[in-house]
Amino acid sequence: MRLTIWGCRGSVPTPGPSTVVCGGNTSCVEVTLDDGTLIVLDAGTGIRALGDRLAARDTRHINLLLTHLHLDHVEGLRFFAPLWDERVSVDVWGPSSPVQSLEERIARSFSPPLFPIDLGDVPAKVTFRDIPREPWNLGGANITAALVAHPGPTVGYRIEADGATLAYLPDHEPALTGIEHRTADWISGAGIAQDADVLFHDAQYFDEEYVQRIGWGHSSVDDALAFAHAVGARQTFLFHHEPHHSDDMLWGLEDRARELSQDGAPALAREGMVVELP
Amino acid sequence: MAVDRRRPKHLVLILAREFASNLATPMLIADAEGTLVYYNDAAEDVIGRPFSEVGELPVDDFTTSFEPRTEDNEPLPPEERPVRIALDERRAEHQRFTITSRDGVEREVSVTAFPLFAHADEFVGVVGIFWRD
Repeated sequence: MRLTIWGCRGSVPTPGPSTVVCGGNTSCVEVTLDDGTLIVLDAGTGIRALGDRLAARDTRHINLLLTHLHLDHVEGLRFFAPLWDERVSVDVWGPSSPVQSLEERIARSFSPPLFPIDLGDVPAKVTFRDIPREPWNLGGANITAALVAHPGPTVGYRIEADGATLAYLPDHEPALTGIEHRTADWISGAGIAQDADVLFHDAQYFDEEYVQRIGWGHSSVDDALAFAHAVGARQTFLFHHEPHHSDDMLWGLEDRARELSQDGAPALAREGMVVELP
Repeated sequence: MAVDRRRPKHLVLILAREFASNLATPMLIADAEGTLVYYNDAAEDVIGRPFSEVGELPVDDFTTSFEPRTEDNEPLPPEERPVRIALDERRAEHQRFTITSRDGVEREVSVTAFPLFAHADEFVGVVGIFWRD
């Protein structure tokens, strides 16, 4: 299993000289299995460059797994080159809603005044699928999704394939319902991240920033590390970087994570980073 | 590292527990399989023991331990108790009956139970609320 980070910024794209190392594109991770299956996690602005790469590779089938529909996780989808190729099929998976289908909710961003072309006019064969309650298979991967603590229906994903496990929780505030002094079964997201080889986890804030933003759906670096420890994750990547954090500030965030770490060296997620598993 | 292996709770149950733990109203939570998974500090006054001593157990076993009785002092069978009705029929139920707490005190209680549904109508458990006179 090969992971490539195409975007790890939180909330809003943040291009500019102060973010060139960690990157300014919002959430998007490419997961390639040994059998060639392609899974894309989230459609933040990072998916635009990934789409160009996939088009160059002539990729014909893509599994896109959305954690939720906040703008920073879907705003790149309209500029995802494979959508504009009629030879391509894209299966889009996302959390269900009691009110509207996944397709109806995505279609809002493909309609005036936000966008000139309707979703129905996209050339690719796009299929929208509600996430199943039980684990399911995509190629050689077993996928598990579960709702996690974040405003609105939001899931985390667990991908088990090729002898390794990835847990992806880019937007997650487990401290809202407790981490310390809780058994793991009562911690939001623990079922997704238990014993993961690699954990991509929200670490948007320093502790002193988090206290001003409790309930916004994101984690402090301290809480991210507490969560990683509680679930026994082997390697943690700090994800969903605060837009106001420059590269220099993020190095400080990584330093703080390493002070707190009990289970291997946590690291900043960075655009362009490649992680090979196992 | 020692990691807890119990089955992860659904987010809705985790949120319900957080809600209950901040209420002065006695409240219990059972999962979709009918296992009592939590009751709050306020419920300790009604039940007579903290949840940490009781732990998870089938909710029918738990309610039976209080000998729930009707106004005519007849035993209230499990299938007629509010929490069980909410579990089986997935609807709200409210009843008034008599129990004997684990501390031996006889109490009149009213119980409202209602089902919890997550997105896509996924049934994840029930909440029971005790209303004390």
